[in-house]
Amino acid sequence: MGLRGAVHSLTRPTGKARLSGPTPVDQNGLAIAPADAAGHDHLWWLDRMVRSDQQLVERMALIFHDWFATLGPKVANQRLMLDQSNLFRGNCFGSFLTLFTRVTVNPAMLITLDGQKNRRGRPNENYAREMMELFSLGARRGYTEGDVRQMARALTGWTNRYSDQLGVYDFHFEPKLHDFGRKVVFGKAGKWGWRDAPRLCVQNPKHPSFFVKKLWSYFVSRPPKKATRQRLERIYRKSGWKIRPVVEAILLSPEFYEDDPMVKPPAVYLASMLRARRRGIDTTAWVRLCERAGQRLFNPPDVAGWDDSHWLDTARMQARWEMTNAVIRPAVAALARPYPPTETTGVAVEKAIASWNNPDLEQGELDEMADFAERTAALANQPGEYSNFRRLRQAGLQQLVGVSSGMVMM
Amino acid sequence: MLHAAAAEAGKGLPQIESGMPEPAGTGLTRRSLLLRGAGLALAVYGTKLALPALDQGIAAAPAPDRVLVSVFLDGGLDVMSLLAPTGDPRYRKLRPNLALKASETLPFSEDQRLRWHPAAANLAQLHREGKVTVFPAMGYSGPDQSHFTSRHFYEIGEVKVGAGTGWLGRYLDVTGTPDNPMQGLSLEKALSPTLATATNPVAALSSVGGYELSSPAGEPVKAELFNSFERMGALPAASAGLRQLRDATTQTAQLRRELPALETTGDGGYPGSPMAARLRLLTEYLDLGLPIRVASLTGSGGYDTHAGQAPTLKGNIQSTSDAIFAFQRDLERRGIADRVLIHVWSEFGRRPAENGSAGTDHGAAGIGLVIGSRASGKMAGEFPGLDRLDRLGNLRHTSDFRGLYCGLLEQWFDQDPEPIVPGASAFKRPQVVW
Repeated sequence: MGLRGAVHSLTRPTGKARLSGPTPVDQNGLAIAPADAAGHDHLWWLDRMVRSDQQLVERMALIFHDWFATLGPKVANQRLMLDQSNLFRGNCFGSFLTLFTRVTVNPAMLITLDGQKNRRGRPNENYAREMMELFSLGARRGYTEGDVRQMARALTGWTNRYSDQLGVYDFHFEPKLHDFGRKVVFGKAGKWGWRDAPRLCVQNPKHPSFFVKKLWSYFVSRPPKKATRQRLERIYRKSGWKIRPVVEAILLSPEFYEDDPMVKPPAVYLASMLRARRRGIDTTAWVRLCERAGQRLFNPPDVAGWDDSHWLDTARMQARWEMTNAVIRPAVAALARPYPPTETTGVAVEKAIASWNNPDLEQGELDEMADFAERTAALANQPGEYSNFRRLRQAGLQQLVGVSSGMVMM
Repeated sequence: MLHAAAAEAGKGLPQIESGMPEPAGTGLTRRSLLLRGAGLALAVYGTKLALPALDQGIAAAPAPDRVLVSVFLDGGLDVMSLLAPTGDPRYRKLRPNLALKASETLPFSEDQRLRWHPAAANLAQLHREGKVTVFPAMGYSGPDQSHFTSRHFYEIGEVKVGAGTGWLGRYLDVTGTPDNPMQGLSLEKALSPTLATATNPVAALSSVGGYELSSPAGEPVKAELFNSFERMGALPAASAGLRQLRDATTQTAQLRRELPALETTGDGGYPGSPMAARLRLLTEYLDLGLPIRVASLTGSGGYDTHAGQAPTLKGNIQSTSDAIFAFQRDLERRGIADRVLIHVWSEFGRRPAENGSAGTDHGAAGIGLVIGSRASGKMAGEFPGLDRLDRLGNLRHTSDFRGLYCGLLEQWFDQDPEPIVPGASAFKRPQVVW
């Protein structure tokens, strides 16, 4: 199907995603409760990452979760967080303006940046500022403090109801809370409202460069060459702010293929391990491990999202090691007893790599695997120990492959 | 990922967006060092020296007789809550819902208009003892209301975007040594940009206590497994991303091998917050004579109180105030309080007029506190009053943070601020210490 066909098969999914494989359960075999049980929201998404046949949609949803970082603990309502996540899935390839507009009045976002508390005469600037600084223009690019205040007025009017039984519900626009007066945003005067706010941002001349650089950064570690960036900005503008054409252009650009490997975000790392081993979600342990590795889904560190340049330090690497260890545990327990006592180094290494669905390892890593296999085989003092040591060796090899570049990097 | 290079010092900060200043220290190389005696793992920044040389450098460096601890209140503390201007006639008008009642607050002897927040009772106590120098309206001309940008200014000691070193980092470059990374210690996993240096090494606490990894195989295979893991860290890396993996692998394997657990017993009078735990650790290190000259940490909680400010702020002020109080008392008990000064800062204050959600939006002038047995205890700059706000309705500053930095350098460190704070001669020095 060629490169273009391959890219299109990712960027142009048809119909609903199909989830294949075992449905997600906790360690007791009970179905997860994504909207209700603490941590099950994280498992719900992880499960989609593992089982969905629309992999790029899941990746795009994660990108927009990071882009429009919404804070689960502040929202304190898992249903609203799941709804927002589905909003990202449904709009990840369409118009950025549509997505941005829906995010602006999305209940989880309204709560995170106090949009539902922003009202006529008493504006709350939280969303107005971040929609420019973090979501569409970049700090100190194309807007003033005056614009923040005027934009806050444009966004007034959203509210919700609350009951002890339902918690927050019925998020809606209420005209009497809206400031219908004239506002001047980016030098343009009008009786702007919430639908105008994202449009004004997207029409700001500083927006296309922000959008392209940010989207690019999720796929390619090195910044785009100037010509590439300008080409992408042109595609974006001409398409009427569509996301898909820019994603396709990035995935088809030579820089994407020549790029250095990037460290997978922790949730992506775990999902890739479970996919490789065809293991479904069967324990809540992943929630804490992902958190320790630096990425609890639905709970980014702040409204600017995760720092994709720093996924690894000693605490997070330790968590990745433990993740690997937990992923292989059932397979290690199931290794044959007695284990083939004469298995060669080559076969042992091959088998360990195959257990991860054959990722590409660096030559140095392959050499180290072989060396480890030789050293551990030599630990057996008598033929009676051969079988046992070869079984433990296989367990160790699988662990090492799990923390090698083949699995950690993408 | 655009900035994947090695923005180590900025690790505590969110990903950099277009226009957002790169945190000071971006690009500093990072390595790990273990201080076995202290049960401490350090991430060391900005040196090519071999680890044994650093180990020796730390052992050979004398314990400094002056230490500065920088405490950052993240998000923009509402100074009008910490020191509520209950005596200002406009206070209730600007804060119809949030204004504190005079009766619930605590007196502030230096300005009858201001009263301490009740949750800051321990700070008020230290102030009564003459150990808190208050700057009721700290700031700079042309205030920027982006968290990330204004914070950057305070970190680098300059109102501009893009300096690569922090103001305390430059102090260490001028007066520090090339082999003692403990001289600038972030009491957090990531290096504070305030401490980012150009030439001398500094460090961040990367781990304290035991550090273990599970093994799918028992001994003797387990020992070989960790040998191989550590050797994978020594493999070449052709890209920045792979370099991260190799370094993290090496450091993780070394930590597992060498880190003993640090034992502490009892609560030592400290409350149970992470901030208090870090300050407690700092006291232990200072008492052990470790060569720390400047240290930095983040105060309890977040201060970006756009909505429902009162309860959040109360808890965070309480927690920060109590941790600082416990630290000061511990230093006094150990007889080392004369060596230590604390500087508390935040990137800006909040808008005097509350917003419609029982919160406050980003403002201009904010808080500065200098705390310690040697603090002058004399308010510097005055509370500007609420009748003369700036054109955006924000509190005007009456002291400049760069003036405070100059004062600290001159009066606490006996250091000419000229090479450290650009344009130092232009700033009025408050009396910070006695």
